[in-house]
Amino acid sequence: MRIALFVTCVNDTLYPRTGQAVVRLLHRLGHEVVFPPSQTCCGQMHYNSGYRREAQKLAVRFVETFADADVVLAPSGSCAAMVRDNYPRLGEPGSRLDRAVADLAPRVYDLSELLVDVLGVTDVGAYFPHTVAYHPTCHGLRLLKLGDRPYRLLSNVGGIDLRELEGATECCGFGGTFAVKNPDVSAAMGSDKARNAVATGAEVLCAVDNSCLMHIGGTLQRQRAGMKTLHLAEILASTEQEPATP
Amino acid sequence: MSPHRSTGRAPGAQPSSGERAAGHATFMGMPPFPEAAKSAVEDSQMRHNLRLATGTIRGKREAVVSELDDWPDLRQAGKAIKDRTLRHLDTYLEQLEEAVTAAGGTVHWAADADEANEIVTGLVQATGESDVVKVKSMATQEIELNEALAQAGITAYETDLAELIVQLSDDLPSHILVPAIHRNRAEIREIFRDRMASWGVPAPEELSDDPRALAEAARVHLRERFLNTKVAISGANFAVADTGSMVVLESEGNGRMCLTLPQTLISVVGIEKIVPTWSDLEVFLQLLPRSSTGERMNPYTSTWTGVTPGDGPQEFHVVLLDNGRTDVLADTVGRQALRCIRCSACLNTCPVYERTGGHAYGSVYPGPIGAILTPQLRGTASETEASLPYASSLCGACYEVCPVAIDIPEVLVHLREEVVARPGHRAEKAAMGAAGWLLNGEHRLDTAQRAASAARSLVPRRMPGPASAWTDTRDIPEVPEESFRSWWRREGAAEAPEHTGDGGDEDAQEGGRR
Repeated sequence: MRIALFVTCVNDTLYPRTGQAVVRLLHRLGHEVVFPPSQTCCGQMHYNSGYRREAQKLAVRFVETFADADVVLAPSGSCAAMVRDNYPRLGEPGSRLDRAVADLAPRVYDLSELLVDVLGVTDVGAYFPHTVAYHPTCHGLRLLKLGDRPYRLLSNVGGIDLRELEGATECCGFGGTFAVKNPDVSAAMGSDKARNAVATGAEVLCAVDNSCLMHIGGTLQRQRAGMKTLHLAEILASTEQEPATP
Repeated sequence: MSPHRSTGRAPGAQPSSGERAAGHATFMGMPPFPEAAKSAVEDSQMRHNLRLATGTIRGKREAVVSELDDWPDLRQAGKAIKDRTLRHLDTYLEQLEEAVTAAGGTVHWAADADEANEIVTGLVQATGESDVVKVKSMATQEIELNEALAQAGITAYETDLAELIVQLSDDLPSHILVPAIHRNRAEIREIFRDRMASWGVPAPEELSDDPRALAEAARVHLRERFLNTKVAISGANFAVADTGSMVVLESEGNGRMCLTLPQTLISVVGIEKIVPTWSDLEVFLQLLPRSSTGERMNPYTSTWTGVTPGDGPQEFHVVLLDNGRTDVLADTVGRQALRCIRCSACLNTCPVYERTGGHAYGSVYPGPIGAILTPQLRGTASETEASLPYASSLCGACYEVCPVAIDIPEVLVHLREEVVARPGHRAEKAAMGAAGWLLNGEHRLDTAQRAASAARSLVPRRMPGPASAWTDTRDIPEVPEESFRSWWRREGAAEAPEHTGDGGDEDAQEGGRR
């Protein structure tokens, strides 16, 4: 299948490793990946902060960039949710944007949805002999309703030792601009999430969203907790021949 | 943490004319949420109390909600009934007025808090009494009725156990259902021992912090009040339009004492509390207890219709309160907040509320519902109200548990748009505008990414200015050597040459169309 990658601005700028892992993984599974270069950002930060007009412009760019794609992969739960859940609220009913969103949004997937629902695979042939705890990010959990898809993918990874995360469904406290507008509450939530992550004894905390991991990972790093964070794509891309290091 | 707290006033000590009634903490002049939240998250005792309490109620709710197969249907029914009622609110309100009047009650209309307080004060004064007992009520808290009555020399006695704790300690409520949730039992024992005597029957000498002993002390203290007070003031959880019946749900039976023993009963009811019929009410009698206290059925559900000769209060007044509600109704996105049945499930599940407690929200309506209701009822002109829509990480846990499906994150974002549309916030608007410009051009973004990568070794661990809000508690990620798009041009291009090639006009989109 030909998959259009919407890498997302955060991954593009700060976590290219995640994008590269996605490409490696999909190639390994025999699929073609295209990267429409006019893509930038889904507009989530602007939308969630009340800057609707800026978000609309970025939404227009997104739907034009990906209009002809069969499927779009956004390796970020919150960006995929932005398109599927919030884009329909952005255009005036019946407007060009509104119609374009109605057409495109159902074809936009998070990585675990793409693999499990579209490509019909739960064992991607990955190998990652490490202890891992999975944090289900809020938008993946409540907006995309990813359910057990990420767990099913992870549990089929060779050599993996999955640990259960206490308080898994609770928000890590990132929340986009919330992290800087309410830094004390955000830090309190982040420190609880970090504590629960460390308590699993796992080497790696995994999620489907690097922005949440930037917050949790930054907290762990500041606490010198010695625990790494990795996007799901990086674990699924890891093989015996090309292992990812935690 | 409750500013504007003054020393408690023993009842009977009448305020002299012109003197502001002492002994009543109010939410007036609370600092904006981030500031109030900062001191709250530093209070480890309160954090401990709240973690324990919200965790317990959360677990109970979860258990009794998950045992019902038809919960999603019930939730949809609750939402639909409320929406239909709100669409025809004018009709139902008139129907209610007619039915209450026919049953021997009197209906009063109050446009705002001042009008409602004036009506209630006048009604109490007409009875010649100077003491009233109160059933736990959010509407009367919202209009600060106790403070208004105190100005007129009338003492209002809270009879709900948690409200009693708050009143005795001259504190502020911090939760809709459990106003003293921020207190633990050791603190409650201290409050009872120190303060009960100046309000009535004192606490026993050797009061322990055993919940049973604390409840018994409150029981003895309140019993005298129930037997001697001739006027009661309540709110209502629901008002049934077709029969004119009021409905109050409570757990202690103290509310029922107030609703049955006094001669005069005055109920202050928000206009959104209406349900058309008893069969509509049935849905909410299932939704509310499970969502709020985590019980299958509510322990004390009191209903009354006007007056019944020789049985219960012989005079009944209902004050129908607007106080900003019709403005909320006019907002097509925000109006869903009027569906709220005050169950508190959103508070108990909210990770922000659990860490800040209720006082930080500067209103009797704290937590996620408060963050959308308070700015809508009061407007977003002041800094405190304008800060509330941002008191959320938009995690969506509140929407998930709401028994009437209020999409709180949607309304939060809607209110943020309202705040942004106001003057001010210049630095943020400039930054967001710049980010919007940068992100709306792939070449601009590419250039910025190259610049960041070139300067990656210069990024300091701790940033000055606004960025310190991040780096005070978190490390920032390392900027990579190159962006993904830069890598793709080299590596990705090698594998799929026909799909690469950046170029063309900044605003043209042909690069993306295939």
